[in-house]
Amino acid sequence: MAMVEAAPAMEPSSSGEGPSVRLQGVERSFGALTALAGLDLDVGSGEVLGVVGPSGCGKSTLLELVGGLQDPAGGTVVVEGVTGARERRAACAYMPQRDGLLPWRDALGNAALALECQGVGRAKARARALPLFERFGLADFEHSRPAQLSGGMRQRVAFMRTLLPGRPVLLLDEPFAALDAITRAEMQSWLADALAAEPRTVVLVTHDVEEALFLADRVAVMSARPGRVVAELDVPLPRPRDRRAAVTDPVLAELRRRALEALR
Amino acid sequence: MRRSALAGALLVGFVAVWAWVASWGSVDDLTLASPGQTWHALRANRSLLLDNAWVTLYEVLLGLAISIVAGAAFALAMHLSRPLRDAAYPLLVASQAVPIVVLAPIFVLAFDYGIGPKLAIVALICFFPITVNVLDGLRSVDPEQLKLMRSFGASRLRTLRSLELPAALPSFFSGLRVAATVSVIGAVFGEWAGADRGLGRLVLMDNNQLATPRAYAGIVLLTLMAVALFALAGLAERIACPWNHTPERTT
Repeated sequence: MAMVEAAPAMEPSSSGEGPSVRLQGVERSFGALTALAGLDLDVGSGEVLGVVGPSGCGKSTLLELVGGLQDPAGGTVVVEGVTGARERRAACAYMPQRDGLLPWRDALGNAALALECQGVGRAKARARALPLFERFGLADFEHSRPAQLSGGMRQRVAFMRTLLPGRPVLLLDEPFAALDAITRAEMQSWLADALAAEPRTVVLVTHDVEEALFLADRVAVMSARPGRVVAELDVPLPRPRDRRAAVTDPVLAELRRRALEALR
Repeated sequence: MRRSALAGALLVGFVAVWAWVASWGSVDDLTLASPGQTWHALRANRSLLLDNAWVTLYEVLLGLAISIVAGAAFALAMHLSRPLRDAAYPLLVASQAVPIVVLAPIFVLAFDYGIGPKLAIVALICFFPITVNVLDGLRSVDPEQLKLMRSFGASRLRTLRSLELPAALPSFFSGLRVAATVSVIGAVFGEWAGADRGLGRLVLMDNNQLATPRAYAGIVLLTLMAVALFALAGLAERIACPWNHTPERTT
């Protein structure tokens, strides 16, 4: 896969200048409910961080805090050197669990949506989205509506939409949770390749330990509510990884054991 | 195909029962015209009925157009301004609770005998379903989608244009279908309160002059008009919102 020339605007700031994302002592509660209590987390530039944890541990809240869709009640969130919510939003591209495709737009229009929201003209945005369809295996589906696409294809369109504005940090919120097991495995390999060709700082939230270990450079394990990081596991294998080798790899098996231990 | 066959059978059944009841000796011809008499009246008075039908159709379409513009604009304003929504919603409901039959003569006093009172009544009746449905459509947008638009850095206007307005389109057409069916009733009320032309006025006059078959012919035409408008609104929805009708892919 070649680089996406369509997105030259912002590359991850070069390594050595400190982390791309830094959370320090972050607290967030909803009414009497404490979602996050004293969360510390760094994500290096160009690093893929997997975040796993039990349901309701504040994983999605964590993403929205990084992405500037919420503000912390305490602590600091710094993304690419900025702290304001609006500035954080401008540095991050967010991809929700459900694809969020608009049913009245064709695939090309959906892929171009985020660009249009940034003020790029409709025709220009579509022209920039077009080359990605070939690259991501969706050639000839540019003019299909979301309802005519399979779940995996829809997630790929959603990923293109996330990628196109060229923002340095990608926030992926359980991107494959809604897919069946076979499609999910395909999409994980696909994402691994896409991220190898298109290096970005990534925070990948998932409830699937296997998925996190397969895709990430490092996996943060969160505790049940109130959420905090209870373990951080480095995955010392180069990306993209081979799925069949990953199943039997002794290093990954050991990491899986430790992650499940930490989740208990 | 089966559905339209069933609908046809029901219609035939209805006409058969109508003919049967009309054939009873105890039913006066002046109270109930038979289907045959109605058909005859339709043919015999064709040009008179059509001339008056055009007048009524014109009132209905113009009144509907006014209610679409006003209703959609009002719904949009209520959607964009929370205080306006809270303040205006009770008024909106009240506008529908007003007994139109009583209001019609007052409108005639206010607007004179011309087309004004008819338009006002049609628009008033149709305003409610359109406003309520458009507002519901605008407000039913998935909060996740709104969050996504915010993460893209979309402006309020962009979110409205790219997300909320298209999402509200099917609801608008639901409202329009309801409005289309009641619009004809509105025009008839308007004509009853005072008019010199129109199908509603003709039916009222025929009733008074005991020209029962022609009154029935007028009623049939009014009903056909409402049904046709309903069908047209449905057709417009299929053309404007094709995504609501594409079959899902199964794989």
